[in-house]
Amino acid sequence: MVHRKAGALALAAALLMSTSAWAQDKRVVTWNADYDPIPLAAAEAMIADFEAANPEIDVQMTNFDHEAYKNAIRNFLTADPPDLANWYAANRMRPFVEAGLFADISDVWAANGLNEALASSLPSMTIDGKQWGVPYTYYQWGIYYNRDAYTAAGVEVPGPDGVTWEQFLANCEAFKAAEIDCLTTSSLEQWPVAGIFDYLSLRTNGYQFHSDLAAGKVSWTSPEARAVFAEFAKLQPYVSEGHAAIKWQDAAALLVQGKAAHFVMGNFAVGVFKEGGMTNDNLGFMVFPEITAGIARAEEAPTDTTHLTSGAQNPEDAKAFLAFMASPEAQTKWNAAVGQLPTNKNATVDAADPFLTAGFESLSTATGGIAQFWDRDADAEYAKAGMDAFQQFLVQPDQLEAILERLEQTRLRLYPQ
Amino acid sequence: MAPTSDIIAAAPARSSASRWNQRTLAPWLFLAPGLFMFVVYVLWPIVQSINLSFYDWNGLYNQDGEFTGTFVGMGNYAELMTDPAFEVSLWNNLKWLVLYMLALPIGLFIAIFLNQTVRGIRLYKSLFFFPFVISQVVVGLMFAWFYAPNFGLFYLLTESLTGKGTAILADPDLVTYGIIVAGLWPQVAYVMILYLTGLNNVAPDQIEAARLDGAKGWRMLWYVVLPQLRPATFIAVIVTVIGALRSFDLVSIMTKGGPFGESRVLSYYMFEKALGEYGFRMGYGAAIAVVLFAIMMIFISGFIWKMWRDETER
Repeated sequence: MVHRKAGALALAAALLMSTSAWAQDKRVVTWNADYDPIPLAAAEAMIADFEAANPEIDVQMTNFDHEAYKNAIRNFLTADPPDLANWYAANRMRPFVEAGLFADISDVWAANGLNEALASSLPSMTIDGKQWGVPYTYYQWGIYYNRDAYTAAGVEVPGPDGVTWEQFLANCEAFKAAEIDCLTTSSLEQWPVAGIFDYLSLRTNGYQFHSDLAAGKVSWTSPEARAVFAEFAKLQPYVSEGHAAIKWQDAAALLVQGKAAHFVMGNFAVGVFKEGGMTNDNLGFMVFPEITAGIARAEEAPTDTTHLTSGAQNPEDAKAFLAFMASPEAQTKWNAAVGQLPTNKNATVDAADPFLTAGFESLSTATGGIAQFWDRDADAEYAKAGMDAFQQFLVQPDQLEAILERLEQTRLRLYPQ
Repeated sequence: MAPTSDIIAAAPARSSASRWNQRTLAPWLFLAPGLFMFVVYVLWPIVQSINLSFYDWNGLYNQDGEFTGTFVGMGNYAELMTDPAFEVSLWNNLKWLVLYMLALPIGLFIAIFLNQTVRGIRLYKSLFFFPFVISQVVVGLMFAWFYAPNFGLFYLLTESLTGKGTAILADPDLVTYGIIVAGLWPQVAYVMILYLTGLNNVAPDQIEAARLDGAKGWRMLWYVVLPQLRPATFIAVIVTVIGALRSFDLVSIMTKGGPFGESRVLSYYMFEKALGEYGFRMGYGAAIAVVLFAIMMIFISGFIWKMWRDETER
């Protein structure tokens, strides 16, 4: 059963009454979610499958508007907690875990062998040695490129293994000569720039250093952090001007029109590229090039999760549903419908979709580790300070010293040594 | 006849009681609904905000509904003193205040220009008033497209003039001025309407007398017309100052405070810290709100003092 918040109150009340009349002898599990239409349909199908297997349980979902949910969850977890609530992994869930609003579900992980099946997501779901939710989907980040732009600039299209960093920068020079932006991005919403920084950091110093950087454990004035900005400086002249004033969809339009060659983005952008008229023939994907040789390759893959709340009325059945969400069958079906990647390594992806296949390949062979994304790995306030800095560096690279100094001050204030 | 004497004795007492009711109680009864709203929706939130600004709180109550914040005293204010983003916001607020005042002379000029009787003047007046009618959000969107790199009209204009387009909203030095210009567009229209109604009330005999004495042009405007427009000017200054200080919507729509926070104003910074995606520092946001409130109080008490003085002098 799905209720929509947007509906009139009377309608919701009528639906509730009809539900309770219809499902009198069923045990109810409530679930608050924030799905757009396509994931919502997939989630409804998942609920139907679960209810078919467990006829005595009735899962009732209340779907919120995606943006409104971010504020609503802060109220309903205290005032009127559902059994299950959607949220995100890593530091994003930390405030709710620390306030005691999410429940420990380590027993679900242990009982269903999830520590092995969801191994790639285990670190991002663990706080204080316990697991606090179930990851059910993620998507890869990487470089999406326009093959037509390569042809227009007379540059050789990258092979399946991508290109080296030197080759990438040399290509950028060629694109610049052809008056094509080598790399487009948007920093009006600052997160696309954080994606570029994350990759530069992961490729320059590896996963562990990047993770420590996001956790405030290492100095911004250290030689390693400076090395990241040195690589950033090489890329800076080739980034679309005016990125600070355009939305990421506008930047995507530049790629679609062939005015830009590359875009560091998440796989969700493929839909936008294709709506703009690109096809599998001229849209390409490659992993971000290696910078420091020999570093184990780490990738970015933000994970969406569902959590058991501490105020749950029916925790036992809710845990049964979480175990179902973690299963390879449910994840294969949900992610096939949505076009994302299952976190369960025993699940499969649609072989006909080159981007999903490439993403699954790139993530399952990422021996370095899976980063969540800058604004989920770093604490909220620290993440914001970082994104301001990355954006400023792209606009004013000569201000590097001032930028690093300010970041270091923020770090020392938030993480007193 | 005891009852009659009772009535006679009681009558003056009852009438004085009802007079007391009329004189003392009735005003309060009539004021009560307004006072109630004012206390619950204005005074009480002010007290709460000030109280909250002494706490460090992420906006969450725990499972049992208990407040999870910790008392930090003046800690939030001490942090504000050294926060470069706060300094930028404060300076931007000052830029808004000063440049928003341009709405007065421009509005006055347009009002005088339109204060004539030619065919179709009503149409021209309503066209000039039009920007004030549309929502600030729409104004923000229109100007954002106007300035947009690659396809914006302004960008293409600068590109054709100088060979290199200027993306105002992506330039940290120009961005605040770009937003202020967008804000001035409806504000000028508002001030113009205030002056137009004021010009209707300018006494024609004084103009006549001044003209006989040989006044014209600037001297006529400065010494004869403007003094009669003082009430309109007063209102225009008030709405412009308040409009400048609460400039939140345009910043939010056009730049989200960016690039890297260079176009933030206090009200937007407060929103970002307290309710933004990377915020939820309720205490810190409340401290910014208290500072903004204090700045507004300077102006508001100034206005109230002037109004009070005018009324008692009369």
